[in-house]
Amino acid sequence: MSADFLLELRSEEIPARMQAGARAELVKLFRREMDSAGVSVGDVTVWSTPRRLALIARSLPLETEAVSEEAKGPPEGAPDQAVDGFCRKNGVTRDQLEVRDVKGRSTYFAVIETPGRAVKDVLTDAIAAIIRDFSWPKSMRWGDASISTESLRWVRPLSGIVALLDDQIIECEAHGVTSGAVTLGHRFHHSGDITIGNAGDYAVKLRAGHVIVDHEERQAIIRSGAAKAAADAGLDLVEDEGLVIENAGLTEWPVPLLGRFEDDFLEVPPETIQLTARVNQKYFVCEKDGKLANAFICTSNIDAEDPAVVIDGNRKVLAARLSDAKFFWDVDRKKSLAKHAQGLERITFHEKLGTVADKVDRVAKLARWLVEEGIVKDADPDMTEQAARLCKADLVTEMVGEFPELQGLMGGYYARAEGLPDAVADAIRDHYKPIGQGDDVPTAPVTVAVSLADKLDTLSGFFAMGDMPTGSKDPFALRRAALGVIRLLMANTVRIKLHDAELFIINNLLAHYRIDDAIHRRRDVYDWIGEVADIKPKGFKGNYALAEIRGEVEAPLDVGYMYDLLDFFADRLKVQQREAGVRHDLIDAVFALGGEDDLVGLLARVHALQAFMGTEDGTNLLAGYKRAANILKKEGWDANGEPPHTGEEDPLSQVDDPAMKEVVEAQLDAAKKKSLSYAPEAAEKALIEALDEAAPKAAASIRAEDFEGAMTALATLRAPIDAFFGEVTVNDDDPAKRKARLDLLSRFRNAVQQVADFSKIEG
Amino acid sequence: MATNAPTVPARNPAKSFQDMILALHDFWSANGCLILQPYDMRMGAGTFHTATTLRALGPEPWNAAFVQPCRRPTDGRYGENPNRLQHYYQYQVILKPSPPDIQDLYLKSLEVIGIDPLKHDIRFVEDDWESPTLGAWGLGWEVWCDGMEVTQFTYFQQMGGFDCKPVAGELTYGLERLAMYIQGVDNVYDLDFNGRGVSYGEVFLENEKQMSKWNFEVADTDALFDLFNKAEAECKNALENQVPIAAYEQAVEASHIFNLLQARGVISVQERASYMARVRDLARGSCEAHMEKEAPIWAEKYPEWSK
Repeated sequence: MSADFLLELRSEEIPARMQAGARAELVKLFRREMDSAGVSVGDVTVWSTPRRLALIARSLPLETEAVSEEAKGPPEGAPDQAVDGFCRKNGVTRDQLEVRDVKGRSTYFAVIETPGRAVKDVLTDAIAAIIRDFSWPKSMRWGDASISTESLRWVRPLSGIVALLDDQIIECEAHGVTSGAVTLGHRFHHSGDITIGNAGDYAVKLRAGHVIVDHEERQAIIRSGAAKAAADAGLDLVEDEGLVIENAGLTEWPVPLLGRFEDDFLEVPPETIQLTARVNQKYFVCEKDGKLANAFICTSNIDAEDPAVVIDGNRKVLAARLSDAKFFWDVDRKKSLAKHAQGLERITFHEKLGTVADKVDRVAKLARWLVEEGIVKDADPDMTEQAARLCKADLVTEMVGEFPELQGLMGGYYARAEGLPDAVADAIRDHYKPIGQGDDVPTAPVTVAVSLADKLDTLSGFFAMGDMPTGSKDPFALRRAALGVIRLLMANTVRIKLHDAELFIINNLLAHYRIDDAIHRRRDVYDWIGEVADIKPKGFKGNYALAEIRGEVEAPLDVGYMYDLLDFFADRLKVQQREAGVRHDLIDAVFALGGEDDLVGLLARVHALQAFMGTEDGTNLLAGYKRAANILKKEGWDANGEPPHTGEEDPLSQVDDPAMKEVVEAQLDAAKKKSLSYAPEAAEKALIEALDEAAPKAAASIRAEDFEGAMTALATLRAPIDAFFGEVTVNDDDPAKRKARLDLLSRFRNAVQQVADFSKIEG
Repeated sequence: MATNAPTVPARNPAKSFQDMILALHDFWSANGCLILQPYDMRMGAGTFHTATTLRALGPEPWNAAFVQPCRRPTDGRYGENPNRLQHYYQYQVILKPSPPDIQDLYLKSLEVIGIDPLKHDIRFVEDDWESPTLGAWGLGWEVWCDGMEVTQFTYFQQMGGFDCKPVAGELTYGLERLAMYIQGVDNVYDLDFNGRGVSYGEVFLENEKQMSKWNFEVADTDALFDLFNKAEAECKNALENQVPIAAYEQAVEASHIFNLLQARGVISVQERASYMARVRDLARGSCEAHMEKEAPIWAEKYPEWSK
């Protein structure tokens, strides 16, 4: 024996964008309720229209099965408190407890018998729970009951409940709405009640009431109806699945209708027409021979007596919007972009970072620098600077004021309209890219330079102000900007020392920075930026750095942010590479080396490392490394070994300098080699020789960015280190031997460390 | 002999702007609304009328309908744009608590002014409303007629930072737009105002020209700044003296002066936020004071209600 269940929750118009989520929520809550009551549920169908959510569950049992559950409690003689607590928890009284033997101890048991329940009673409770717990993105109160804030919340007023198990009404009540078998049809095409017999005739009866309750069917009608309307007019529909779904969510009886607008409007960029038609009016557009046609398709919710009336009304609304767009297009082109750009002086980019005009000036200088330094290759520096100077000009045009989504794109159109070179127009159009994950990454050199400059300036500026993203808060979309930089660098193999770029940017920033805006005072700013001489805020004459050190003025900027910014790039790169399947521990291992700020180079190293770690040599070398590192750690052999005196006061002071590092290490190695006071064992000697050979090779390979070569060189250490551990006692009684061998392990570790910090690698 | 009572011809909303308004008055009057007159102050929207804002607070039932002239200085186009005006009319209906048949009532009101829902495609499209200035928000729709927005339909959830208990339903009809649609004209100035050939343009075109010029070019900005400060000070004065309705009027005044300053282009982007915050504080302060003053009376009359 089983029965089919129908639930319809009728309300005033549910926003189209919320309907898919509401369907999922309804199924989830229904299943939750059935599961907890022990009702097995098979297939569940769920539908939505603007005015109703419906769920059909077929073949529900009529009764739940009786369940007997046992719970083991405290032993006999346990404190009353414990026994009472146990009773309370299980909803039994003390005299209902049973005593059983558990491993020789008399123990209390509670036996809870749950008798079978009629499923109709379960459903009554379930409906109440579903309505009470339903989660909407936004919900509201209404009507008389709303005198209390405790009243029911729903997306819009809930107006009816149909609840039927086969042909029997499931009684329930929510917020004064009682369940029944009666619903309403189409708002205009049907008047009076529709009485539903059971789940089987629900959709049929609604259809007779001019309601297609299955949203997928309405979507199909809109999809094919729009395509047919276009085809009948000799046009091709521009497909738009988002619009299909939205229109299906706005109608119970969708009727796609095609209308025309005046040809004149086609002069404006097609994106503008498409955007206003889509976003403001939810219309489809059509093409003829690949070009936008003067047609729109609206989706009416009625079989209008005279469709021409509905079409004409919609045409007028669209015409009003398009005439606005055309007006903007005409007015905007009366001024050149350079003229428009002057208006940017009136727009604040950021309180402390000046106007958008200031920002544009910085971007222009940086873009030019990127080209002139050969960082971005094959771009014309003059064109690059020109594109950068004009790239934000469209922000003050009427069109972008009305349709902010068209920023960039309109600038590109206006640039072309005034006869600027394609490379410049393209760069203006595309400089915001890449934006989303699937967005194309620019490859045209001028565009790459402008896009990079724009993003780097934004990142540096906000980091310098201390406005970095925290948690989920990223109001200036800096994560997206950083990811954009990374993708631009990767896609175009742009090699850039981010430190160098930052030095340039900070000079730029300071030019727009007023002394009274100084936020931090940090002496090491000038230690860090060293000989960059002309860092000074606007209006300051003389040597600002010197004045600052003398304490005459305050440091204008905290340049410490640069470290944060590089870390930020590292984090973004990790996230991005993790998604691409690169092991995060390998990224960490390479980043941990520090000193490398060329992301393309970093990544090449990570990729080589990943390939190496996939080989047997790689895993064994890692094992050897870990063993060596553990011994060194245990013996308290500090991370850098015991560097002998090299003539430098502090031999490691310049280790951050890659060139110096080699010199220092060569000296260390030489010093160690010479100081051997005993005859080494065979395996020891073999390792020394292998290191003598492999370490400089690996170093040279890294210099040449031949990371595979570096890995190959390191691979030659695998057999010698294995043999060394097998045959040589590190902790020899002779202190000289012990020291020499620990030094040797330290050398081995340092050699491996040239490539990556192997201690970060898992496995 | 039968009395010779003067006969009134039937309303003809399809031909006459004023008949459309009168038909709406007839309809909402018949459905239990007080028919109020416009608030005698310059304001940006009908929602600012005390019959909406202040009456949305508290437990007492309230049903009212009225026309409110709205001032939007920045929307002025010197009479040259077919549908943008710096002065236009809204028709406001406020029903508290929101009745269960509010949508049906609204749709009937459209039929009364000649919009047949089987000839025209009427849709309720999600559009939530928020006024940071009034500390107010609600959920609802914009109502489309053949793709044109003709009404804003809102269930007020909060006003002046207080939960609306109970919730009021607010309908705001854009009268000129609706009339243009019903009369089938493309230019607002071509609307027939009285059904006897007097056009909307004859009534308002010169006003639009002069007021646009004044709003954008002429108004003495120093005087406006001064007026703003004075309205702000007067609002505080009224609040200190426990006359929150008077305080609220000064908040409305400050709000309009701010709009005028905007139209004159003398408020920078940075200053804008701070002026808006000042207006908001005045409006909220007035609502709060109104609530404080009335709450004990309301609580006594409606024991189930609480602030």
